[in-house]
Parts: sequence; C-alpha cells; structure tokens
Amino acid sequence: MALQSLDIVRRSATTIPAPQARGATAGAVAKLIDVSKCIGCKACQVACMEWNDLRDEIGSCVGTYTNPPDLSDQSWTLMRFTEYENPKGDLEWLIRKDGCMHCADPGCLKACPSPGAIVQYANGIVDFHEENCIGCGYCITGCPFNVPRISKKDHKAYKCTLCSDRVAVGLEPACVKACPTGAIVFGSKTDMQRHAADRVEDLKSRGFDQAGLYDPSGVGGTHVMYVLHHADQPQLYADLPKDPQISAFVKVWKGISKPLALLGIAAAALTGFLHYVGIGPNETTREDEEAARRELEKPS
Amino acid sequence: MRPARQVADQVDVKTGQIVRYAPATRINHWIVAISFVLLTLSGLAMFWPPLFWLANLFGGGDVTRALHPWIGLVMAAAFFLFAVKVRHDNRLQKADREWLKRVGEVMRNQEENLPEVGRNNAGQKLVYLVALICMLVLLVSGLVIWRAYFTAYFPIDVTRLAALAHALFAFVLILTIVVHVYAGIWVKGSLRAMTRGTVSLGWAWKHHRAWFREVTRHTNGK
Repeated sequence: MALQSLDIVRRSATTIPAPQARGATAGAVAKLIDVSKCIGCKACQVACMEWNDLRDEIGSCVGTYTNPPDLSDQSWTLMRFTEYENPKGDLEWLIRKDGCMHCADPGCLKACPSPGAIVQYANGIVDFHEENCIGCGYCITGCPFNVPRISKKDHKAYKCTLCSDRVAVGLEPACVKACPTGAIVFGSKTDMQRHAADRVEDLKSRGFDQAGLYDPSGVGGTHVMYVLHHADQPQLYADLPKDPQISAFVKVWKGISKPLALLGIAAAALTGFLHYVGIGPNETTREDEEAARRELEKPS
Repeated sequence: MRPARQVADQVDVKTGQIVRYAPATRINHWIVAISFVLLTLSGLAMFWPPLFWLANLFGGGDVTRALHPWIGLVMAAAFFLFAVKVRHDNRLQKADREWLKRVGEVMRNQEENLPEVGRNNAGQKLVYLVALICMLVLLVSGLVIWRAYFTAYFPIDVTRLAALAHALFAFVLILTIVVHVYAGIWVKGSLRAMTRGTVSLGWAWKHHRAWFREVTRHTNGK
C-alpha cells in the first residue's frame, strides 16, 4: 500500500509483526445491523455501489426480492429476504443485510497464503489488499460465512471493506450513512453492544422473548453484529450460521500441518545425507562384474 | 546398417550392458520428474509462507497459482501412463516380505543374506504403490480446489477437506520422492538406468539377480 496505515495487527502469511505503532485508542469499531428495524429498501446496497464505484451485472429475478441473487466481486453487501412462517402461523419477512462480518479471528486471513493480501487493523476491520492477492480462493475456503468472491475479470478476491477508507478519516461506512431507518449504526464496539442491549430489551417487551445480539464467540466475536428477533435460530435469516467457527480442516491445514510437514521433509533429507556420510554408498565392485561375467559365460 | 535400438531387458549390443529402461520410458519418467520438481516448488510457495519467495521463480504469486494445476495435469497424465507401463514389475509378492524384514541389512549395505530380487525390490514396489495412491488423491483433491474451474461445483466442506488432503498427500509424496532420489544417489550405477537406459552386468547381478538371470538366459544361448 502506498498509504501506510501503521495500525495493522495481523497480516496474512506473515509471522513478523506488521507496522502497528498506531493503535485503536478509542477501541475497536463495529457496525450493528438491527434486522428488526430493516425495511428492505436496499439503500445500503446502493450506497455501497456508489461509494465503492461498483456496478454488478443486471441479472434477472430469481423469485425473491433478493437482488442480485448473491454476493459477488461487484456486490459487497446484499439484502437477503426470507419469508418465514412462525409457529403462530403468521408470516415474518426477515431481511438480513449480508456481507463480511469482520471476524476478530478471521478464517480468510488464516487461510491466505500470500503475504499481506489480507490484513486486520487495530480497529477490527479485516481488509483485502488486492495487489497482493494471487487469486487462489483459500480465503473462501477459510471463511465461515461464505463471503469473499473472486473476480472473473482480474482473479482477485473482493469483499466488504467496512469502508476502511471512510472509517480511517472518521466517517461512518456508506451503508450506515444511507440507512433511512437507523437499522444500521456504527461506532465503537462497546457502544454498539450497549445500543444492542437496549434494542433487545425493547424487542423482548414486544413479545420477541428470544431476541438477542449476534456476536458469535466461535470466531472471537465480529465487528459486524446483528440484532435478531430470533437470536436462538439465526439459520432462519438466510442460513446465518448458529455457531460459526473456522473449520477444523482449515485449522489443521493452516496450523500444525505446516511446521510438521517442513520438519518431516527436512528430516528425511538430513537422514539421507547422514546415511551417505555414515554408511556410504552402495557400489558395484569389480568382483561383482566378474561374478556376473562368469555366470554369463557359464554353459546353461 | 540400422543403428542398434535399445530394447528393455536385453543386453545392449553397443555397450555390453543391460538395458533397464527403453528411451520412451526414460523420457516419460523425466516428464514426471520435472513436473514434480516444479509442482513441489510452486506448491510449497503456496503452502508455507516463509517459502512464498519460491513463487518468484514462476513470475509471482498469481502466475504460480495459475500454473500449478496445469503442471499437475501434465504430471498426472505422464505418471499414470508410466504407472500402467511398469505395473507388472511392481506387484508385491511373498518374497518381498523377506526382503522388507531385512531392510536394516539393506540400509547397512549388507546384501549377503538377502533373497534374490527380481526386476524391482520391495522398496521400489512400495515407492510405486505410495506414489500411485498419492497421485490419485492429489489429482482428485487438486481438481476440487482448482478455483478457476471446479471449486464452485463442490460443497464448502468438501473443498476444505480437499485442501487438507492435497497438502497431506503432497507431503507424503515429497517424502517418498526424497527416499526415491536418495536411493538413486546411494546405490551407485542406478541413476544411469534413467539417464542412459543401461546398467552394468555387475549391478544387475548384485542388486537384481533373479532379473539378471532372466535377462541373460536368452543372451546366453546366442
């Protein structure tokens, strides 16, 4: 990056510390999405397109209001519409703004093999630095939320940046700015948790006794959180995972297997070397050649 | 006069040595070997961050990522062709058990009490078997994690498992090839079989006596 942020706490495929003299003194940030307040207007989608200069292809209707049908390299956020019939027989229209959750323990960053293609800032934002991206898609393999997308045009991975460029200069993310109902708010994570607690209390008083905050601990908490009326069943909201975690396969692949494999290969090569030095090569001697000749000339 | 062609398992008229591998087999072997080296270098670059600089050998990380699977296809095709060709020499038999029991003596270069070995010894057969299994798993898992073309067709957990399996079996294959290459360095006169095609009579008599007898039986009568 030409512009040093100097507040990088984690950098993909890098073990030495990244420049991080500047911390997040005011605390980590978070975006809180109150699903119960969302009216599905898609102003957030439009704001995201506008600020980031993204234009997805015009698609066709897939039978729901979800449009475009999926996240893509040009759609970093997407309202997912679910029609849910509750046990009382009433229809609930659940609308969840999908996008990167900015995990405290990001699976994408853990899986990324390219130094500096994914970074985590002190304020909690997980950002892709596409100039270092090699397009392998390991971030998709590592992500518990199925968020990153690879562009067909440039083979780089893209996702929501939490408007790191805006946040860096003290602005709120574009989607927050555009939301007309205050369903999306942005601030320090502690403030957002406090605000969420008020919202949950309000929802409970209005009959949603399972209302709660979605800030999954399996990934160390997230910097994008949801207020859900059915926090006990997050899957209702277009398959939001109940207990997201970095997959055990990914943990082994990106954890213990790396040092063990390299140690194993080095040990094998060293064993060979020591065998050569200690015991020595197995050579065919003149006696062997003569014995072979004798046998060859022996009449059969 | 036509130039003498090398035919496997016959005495070479020109050198008086035994032809162990015909030219086509040798070329096939080296296509596998060169692809394997390229795949190991590019694969390790993407597996272990401290070795990411190896990606520069291929022109950068994105080029490495794009090339690796194509080289993999070349290796798989060449290897399976090779494997079919040499399958008969690599069937594990009862006699191989005795050889494996005495593998410690083999390592100490004490060959007096070893059973007579045919065209391949038990160690070589095991290398064949392990390489065959690894290549199969690497090919299948490699296709699954080939993001540009195939990954979208598989559930995410299958992709995750494939990524782990690909790394694991690549590790086993690399270990196997370290052993395989070292065997070629250690047992003098072996490398020539893959570079020139021939081994000396003494080499065949010493290391593969049953094969030596089989080959020379025909020659003797001439």
